[in-house]
Amino acid sequence: MPLLELKDLTVAYGRIEAVRGISLTVEEGELVTLIGANGAGKTTTMRAVSGIRPLSTGSIWFDGQDITKMKAHMRVLAGIVQAPEGRGVFPGMTVMENLEMGAYARTFDTKAEHDSTLARVFELFPRLEERRTQVGGTLSGGEQQMLAIGRALMARPRLLLLDEPSMGLAPLVIQQIFRIITEINATGTTILLVEQNAQQALSRSDRAYILESGEVITSGGGKELLADPAVKQAYLGVA
Amino acid sequence: MSSVLHAGAQVLADPMIGFDLGALARNFWALTIDGLTYGSIYALVAVGYTLVYGVLRLINFAHSEIFMLGMFGVYGTLLLLGFTPSGNAYNEGIPMTILYLGIALIGGMIVAGGSAVGLERVAYRPLRKRGAPSLVFLITAIGASFVIQEFVHFVLPKLTNGKLGGVNAQQPIRLVEPVDVFSIFGATVTNIEIAIIVSALVLAFITDRFINATKFGRGIRAVAQDPVTATLMGVSRERVIMLTFLIGGVLAGAAALFYTLRVPSGIIYSGGFILGIKAFSAAVLGGIGNLRGALLGGLLLGVMELYGQAVFGTEWRDVVAFVLLVLVLMFRPTGILGESLGRARA
Repeated sequence: MPLLELKDLTVAYGRIEAVRGISLTVEEGELVTLIGANGAGKTTTMRAVSGIRPLSTGSIWFDGQDITKMKAHMRVLAGIVQAPEGRGVFPGMTVMENLEMGAYARTFDTKAEHDSTLARVFELFPRLEERRTQVGGTLSGGEQQMLAIGRALMARPRLLLLDEPSMGLAPLVIQQIFRIITEINATGTTILLVEQNAQQALSRSDRAYILESGEVITSGGGKELLADPAVKQAYLGVA
Repeated sequence: MSSVLHAGAQVLADPMIGFDLGALARNFWALTIDGLTYGSIYALVAVGYTLVYGVLRLINFAHSEIFMLGMFGVYGTLLLLGFTPSGNAYNEGIPMTILYLGIALIGGMIVAGGSAVGLERVAYRPLRKRGAPSLVFLITAIGASFVIQEFVHFVLPKLTNGKLGGVNAQQPIRLVEPVDVFSIFGATVTNIEIAIIVSALVLAFITDRFINATKFGRGIRAVAQDPVTATLMGVSRERVIMLTFLIGGVLAGAAALFYTLRVPSGIIYSGGFILGIKAFSAAVLGGIGNLRGALLGGLLLGVMELYGQAVFGTEWRDVVAFVLLVLVLMFRPTGILGESLGRARA
């Protein structure tokens, strides 16, 4: 049984369908990537999974349960946590407050559980510990991305959704973020990743789906797709 | 509305604007203390405008009526406690008076807080579900304001056997006589003024701590700063909205008690209107959406309007408040503390 399954998902903005009948699965423990050009429907799919974008048709299954009608904030409780496109750092809150927002849904955690999660986040992102009292809006782009991922981890997700974590970052920082993503996945967190940086994403993914105009056009293993001539030409800028 | 027309008539009858800086200088401390008394009432009401604006970007014009209902809540509680209108104050001794005031405070808070949440449920939530444009919310707010006023005007007296509501102000119930307790720089301070200013400061402090240092407060700020991301963190936006209306209502209920202590004859169906506009101005003055801005704006407005009244004459009191607002906004359109609840750490 897959951890996440999207069945024939359609999402429309008014009369324009941004996602047209997407079906995909994410198995427990996998790192799965959606790649595609701007407007291919990647972010819309992520928003639908998190429940902040209503579906026209189709259903979403998480851990064997139909969550299509589940409210967005309840999905966080269920274990689906997203670091959104553009990072969504609360600009007026400190790093520490932002991290606490990540733990908002963890009402029943003991202090020890909470502290060990926090310690793990600081271990992955030592920079966040240094900046814990700094206000979110004054962080650099890379630090904000670290904060967005660290904050999502504070919710102890079963499925972590990362929407374009490399957007607008310097190459060195992108390397660093991808290393950490791989590490988070290696320690047992299932990840669904949206990326435009296809090279990096595919080389680190178990599987990937390629989206075009709201539909899945190809899918397969990450390295497999990386070697596919058609994919190379369309997404990796190799003739 | 009627009081606006009334003020206009007075101006016509007496076209002179005084300009007496001496009156301000002579009574400076007395004016300051009275101004702080009114100002702390404005501040508490202003919090309701600013919090709701922070999370919904909605100016809840019906908030003045929530305050007015709070006054009736206070008065109704006193009636239930067995007090009846009388010329003289009851003066039951300090411990009993504090007890009765405490019960009246809770009564006012329950009525105002409850009706604020009810208003949100009945008037605004259905619009939100339909994704109505913001202009519709504004018109609804004004409509709700009239509905509540007319409810107290016409329906409440029928429900209470004429004891509450109706066209006239309630006959005052005075629990305590104002007594001078001490003086600073020659200006006397009464027991009532101390009670109002101190209680308002305590409530303001509690509210500030709640918003800035608790998990629920953090949830409110998160929704104000970025509602979508807040949802992604597991915050229920609907619950946050309800909570902000509740906080605003409860503080308006407290302000209602304080106002009836200062102005015992002010309990009337139309009695929230001008005060509400001033509290809203206070919120804008401090920077709407900003909690500490609302508190500061309220105190400032209360003090400035009394200074203005001393300089220009009594009739000009309300005018001063609004001229001050216009002046501040001309030079600082985002208000004194500027940033919104969203941006500011406060």
